Amino acid sequence: MAGYLFGFMALAAFVAAFLGAARGRSKRFAATEKTHSRPIYHGLNAAIWTGVPAFVFLLLWLLFQNSVIDMLVIGSYPGADSLSGSEKNLLISEIRQVAAGSVFREPTPEITAAVAHLKSLQALSSWAMLAVVAALVAVGAFLGIRAIQTRYPARHSVERSVTWFMMFSSLVAILTTAGIVLSLVYEALQFFARVPATEFLFGLRWEPQIAIRADQVAGQGAFGMIPVLFGTFAVSALAMAVAIPTGILSAIYLTEYANERFRAVVKPLLEILAGIPTIVYGFFAVLTVAPLVRSLGLSIGIDSAPNSALAAGGVMGIMLIPFISSLSDDAFAAVPRAIREGSFALGATKGETIRKVLLPAALPGIVGGVLLALSRAVGETMIVVMAAGLIAKMTLNPFESVTTVTVQIVTLLIGDSEFDNPKTLAAFALGLVLFIITLGLNLIALRTVRKYREKY
Amino acid sequence: MNIMTEAAVEQKVQAGLNEPAVKMKGESVDVHYGEKQALFGVNLDIRENQVTALIGPSGCGKSTFLRCLNRMNDTIDIARVSGKITLDGEDVYDPKIDVVELRARVGMVFQKPNPFPKSIYENVAYGPRIHGLTKNRAELDGIVESSLKKAALWNEVKDRLNESGTGLSGGQQQRLCIARAIAVSPEVILMDEPCSALDPIATAKVEELIDELRENYTIVIVTHSMQQAARVSQRTAMFHIGYLVEEGATEKMFTNPDDKRTQDYITGRFG
Ligand SMILES: Nc1ncnc2c1ncn2[C@@H]1O[C@H](COP(=O)(O)OP(=O)(O)O)[C@@H](O)[C@H]1O
Ligand SMILES: [Mg+2]
Repeated sequence: MAGYLFGFMALAAFVAAFLGAARGRSKRFAATEKTHSRPIYHGLNAAIWTGVPAFVFLLLWLLFQNSVIDMLVIGSYPGADSLSGSEKNLLISEIRQVAAGSVFREPTPEITAAVAHLKSLQALSSWAMLAVVAALVAVGAFLGIRAIQTRYPARHSVERSVTWFMMFSSLVAILTTAGIVLSLVYEALQFFARVPATEFLFGLRWEPQIAIRADQVAGQGAFGMIPVLFGTFAVSALAMAVAIPTGILSAIYLTEYANERFRAVVKPLLEILAGIPTIVYGFFAVLTVAPLVRSLGLSIGIDSAPNSALAAGGVMGIMLIPFISSLSDDAFAAVPRAIREGSFALGATKGETIRKVLLPAALPGIVGGVLLALSRAVGETMIVVMAAGLIAKMTLNPFESVTTVTVQIVTLLIGDSEFDNPKTLAAFALGLVLFIITLGLNLIALRTVRKYREKY
Repeated sequence: MNIMTEAAVEQKVQAGLNEPAVKMKGESVDVHYGEKQALFGVNLDIRENQVTALIGPSGCGKSTFLRCLNRMNDTIDIARVSGKITLDGEDVYDPKIDVVELRARVGMVFQKPNPFPKSIYENVAYGPRIHGLTKNRAELDGIVESSLKKAALWNEVKDRLNESGTGLSGGQQQRLCIARAIAVSPEVILMDEPCSALDPIATAKVEELIDELRENYTIVIVTHSMQQAARVSQRTAMFHIGYLVEEGATEKMFTNPDDKRTQDYITGRFG
């Protein structure tokens, strides 16, 4: 029903566009004085008048009609005033299920009556919607086409509408982000109501596997995030130790030394590396790298776990190479050729020119790339879920297993979960911490990148 | 065969003695960019402690010839240079020659000022540092100061040596680039249209500077401005679509050129 209405509106707007354009083109205007706008703008303007108000109305109607109908149905349900909020929710979902035809038990007469009420309201609602949309389309088209006059500034009004539309689009992203943050904060606050924030922020023990139901046997539980955060930073540090030198050196080689043919082959390959799904890197880490790392560790006489920080961090580092390399590449390419020539003309070798002129000039861009990569590393989930461990340990031995914030979030949320339990809620607190860290890193990174853009 | 009288020989030798020595020499220089030939058998002498101006319409190969003199064309993959170019009689394209040392002896200033994105001090100190010309900071300070003085920039920047070189005005940037080139004590300075990005006042300053520098350096300057060539140079070489048309004392070139093309170019009939 609503789908047809959207189609109808689009069609009406299309027709209005043609009518408007035709009217704008007609001799009546052109004859007297110079027309303000070209016919196409008159057409677009008429289309906007025809389509947009009806469209907005329809969206709002669809958004609110269910809750309004629910309210009316419940309102007329006998004895509904005495029900609590969640009981009302249960009741309304039962009524809706019966209305949709899925009946689990014989409905009571009250329910049957409510279902009939619901159905009549729904029918009324769709007729009302149809009528209002049709009226809005008709009135809009009439006004839009009638507005066309010789000096009518259709260009400006189209321009304005487009601006509004763009503003709306940008708001969508912002509002969604705000919504995500708010829900995260809300759940995290629930967690902090059960576990003191100081314990979470400074505690050195992380043992979240507490009992969810009364019949489960489990430990007392401890929610100190420091060991988990430590694991995240250990794995990220290992990853950066692999990615930074490799990425920067490969960028230098590609921009400054490699010939055209080599570059043409290697750059797309690097981009393929960036396109590999992280879960595939995860396989690689767990099946190939982790056993290698373990046997290496054992052969040099170090305690080595099957899943080590080194394996996860190393593979994550490889994943981040194209990131750092392509951003550094851009930074080097942004240094003008004239500056290189200036250095060569003073008798500097290529190496000296790169070290003393190019690297300092490109540094802010490179730092920006590194920070972005670091924020990816901190938030990376799949590789560590597969290749890092589950037990939170504070160890500097890279051959041992560690766990990370993302791994813990995943393990806390799978299996039994109940949203009034600190075990589940802890995931949101961890998520909030992760969000704050990556947000901070991204802000700093964007700032440094912008600073270097201003330089030339 | 024309046999010269003793007196005529004497006269020639005398004239040769008055002429300054030849510092750099190009002999049948050809340059190709890929398939395209940009210079055809150019023979040109650059004389010591003189300013040699290269003139000619755009695209005639002035910059190309200039960049052969310090082998800057090596940095262009598709460029190929043949023929012979000597500096004090040594072939600069000899494989035994270290291009890094050559460029320390033959410095260059570019059309667009290209200071490094570093401080004014570091811009000038760059060359002496990479060539290890100084033993300590005091010596380096000395070179920076004297180079900036020779480039007539010292008074304007002495209080802000630590500010970025890219923050100077265009004319100051170009003088900074000249100071940077002077700091490695080159013997020859090549300038490729050094004033084309500058306003008239900055141009006058740089021209004045070029005239002073002639005392200690050999200078080759590419210029589009006939007046500039007349003002600053002692010798002028006229290029046309890859050929050297004519070369001689600037005064003669501007008053009584041998070649019709030179005359047309100087009087503004083409280019
Ligand atoms: N890097 C290059 N690659 C290809 N062709 C070039 C390059 N530089 C110059 N040329 C060509 O060589 C010719 C001479 O150029 P150039 O020496 O720059 O002229 P001028 O400095 O006299 O204006 C021109 O035809 C130009 O197109
Ligand atoms: Mg040129």
